[in-house]
Amino acid sequence: MTIDEIKNVILEIIRDIDDEADLENLNPSDALRDQLDLDSMDFLDIVMELRKRYQIQIPEADYPQLATLDSCVNYLIPRLKAA
Amino acid sequence: MPQLSARQRIVITGVGLAAPNADNLQDYRSSLLAGRSGIGEIELRYVGKVPAGICSFPETKYRKKKENKRGTRAGCLGVYVANEAIHDAGLAGFTEYRQNRTGVYIGLTEHGTVETENEIYTLSQFDFNTDFWSHHHNPRTVLNNPAGEITMNLGITGPHYSIGGACAAGNAALIQGAQMLLLGEVDMALAGGISESTGSFGIFASFKAEGALAVHDDPAKACRPFDSGRNGIVVSEGACIFVLERLDKALDRNARIYGELVGYAMNSDARDFVLPYGPRQAQCMELALERAGLMPEEIDIVNTHATGTRQGDIEECNAIRSLFANCPNTYINNTKSIIGHAMGAAGVLELAGNLPAFEDSQVHPTINLDSVDPACTLQNLVANKPRQAEKINTILNNSFGMVGINSVVIVKKMISA
Repeated sequence: MTIDEIKNVILEIIRDIDDEADLENLNPSDALRDQLDLDSMDFLDIVMELRKRYQIQIPEADYPQLATLDSCVNYLIPRLKAA
Repeated sequence: MPQLSARQRIVITGVGLAAPNADNLQDYRSSLLAGRSGIGEIELRYVGKVPAGICSFPETKYRKKKENKRGTRAGCLGVYVANEAIHDAGLAGFTEYRQNRTGVYIGLTEHGTVETENEIYTLSQFDFNTDFWSHHHNPRTVLNNPAGEITMNLGITGPHYSIGGACAAGNAALIQGAQMLLLGEVDMALAGGISESTGSFGIFASFKAEGALAVHDDPAKACRPFDSGRNGIVVSEGACIFVLERLDKALDRNARIYGELVGYAMNSDARDFVLPYGPRQAQCMELALERAGLMPEEIDIVNTHATGTRQGDIEECNAIRSLFANCPNTYINNTKSIIGHAMGAAGVLELAGNLPAFEDSQVHPTINLDSVDPACTLQNLVANKPRQAEKINTILNNSFGMVGINSVVIVKKMISA
């Protein structure tokens, strides 16, 4: 999966959680939680959706690496290489 | 009724509702008077097509779509009707009553069944690996969920909890709200019932296994209490919440008063898991009448619980006849024939549909009564067309449930304080 494809997957999952989320003006290097109406349960939704779609197990210790869109993508690149 | 001070008298000053045929009291009343059924057909996992009542209401009027997805259907229904009720009462700003002095009491037949069934279905798609079990499961299935979702939405910091009372739960919650006001625990109570049961295949399948699920080619004709052709229950979703407050404060703020809760009672059959028991239902009605200080002939409408099951309807008719046989001016009707059985919301939703009778003096009909079962004949049973009465000042509302739970409430028109 390419970087853009991974980015689109993340955005699609967020849109599914909140279809009113303003994704157009999202700064990819700032924390998603500061820019969107997302809380810890929403992050667990993202983690669960990745698990369902790609069978990726993300350990709790790695959750901080999902803080921004860029860090999500970086974290997922090696894990979705073959996807 | 016994002389009580205005602080000890509890009145209904707001109504919010979602029924299969309306999303507000005015439209609901029109639909009931017209005998306009809210029953259609739904298709459920494993069970297939069944008659059922589904509510259509503006789901995002008071809460974002994201929050509706996060919560439960019961929470979604509850948030809508709670907001409608406090707006209707003119109390939406919490200027008259503080949020920490407001209580939320919600009657539920069951809760969590829908969510659990859905989660197990999802799990089945992943070889029952519990890594795929949702983190939303616990907050969605705790029994206080619907009431709690209402407090989060309205910023209510007073008590909230559910009252589990099978299909008597709505009335039980109304009684609980009144009691908490009488105890001085709260100054305003949001009390009512909610049901999301139409989302559960298990509830339909279980009624079917008991021989108690209605079937009919025309879903609108499936729910037919007291009719010879009745063959069971039509499950509906629904919600209704009343704003309850003490009479003294309601008068102070010139509130519109729908009626006063003058009597109530609950008791238990102590006999059978599913079969209702008329003699105990009669005792429950007697106790409510006694507390209200009313004689049976002083009741203008008996709004029945009857669900359209063979045995249940007969038991209730026997109970009503034992008390109201000599009451020529007491009318009897049934709301479920029009909206189906809204389970935990049934008692309050059915009471709400009759409250406007205090203004229009009409008794809404029991529909689908083509041929009354001889075992269900009742004097003044209002069949198929509404009846214009001279005056309606009192309503007695029955609501009974499985494992032998009975509830009766009596509401009186506010004529003068």
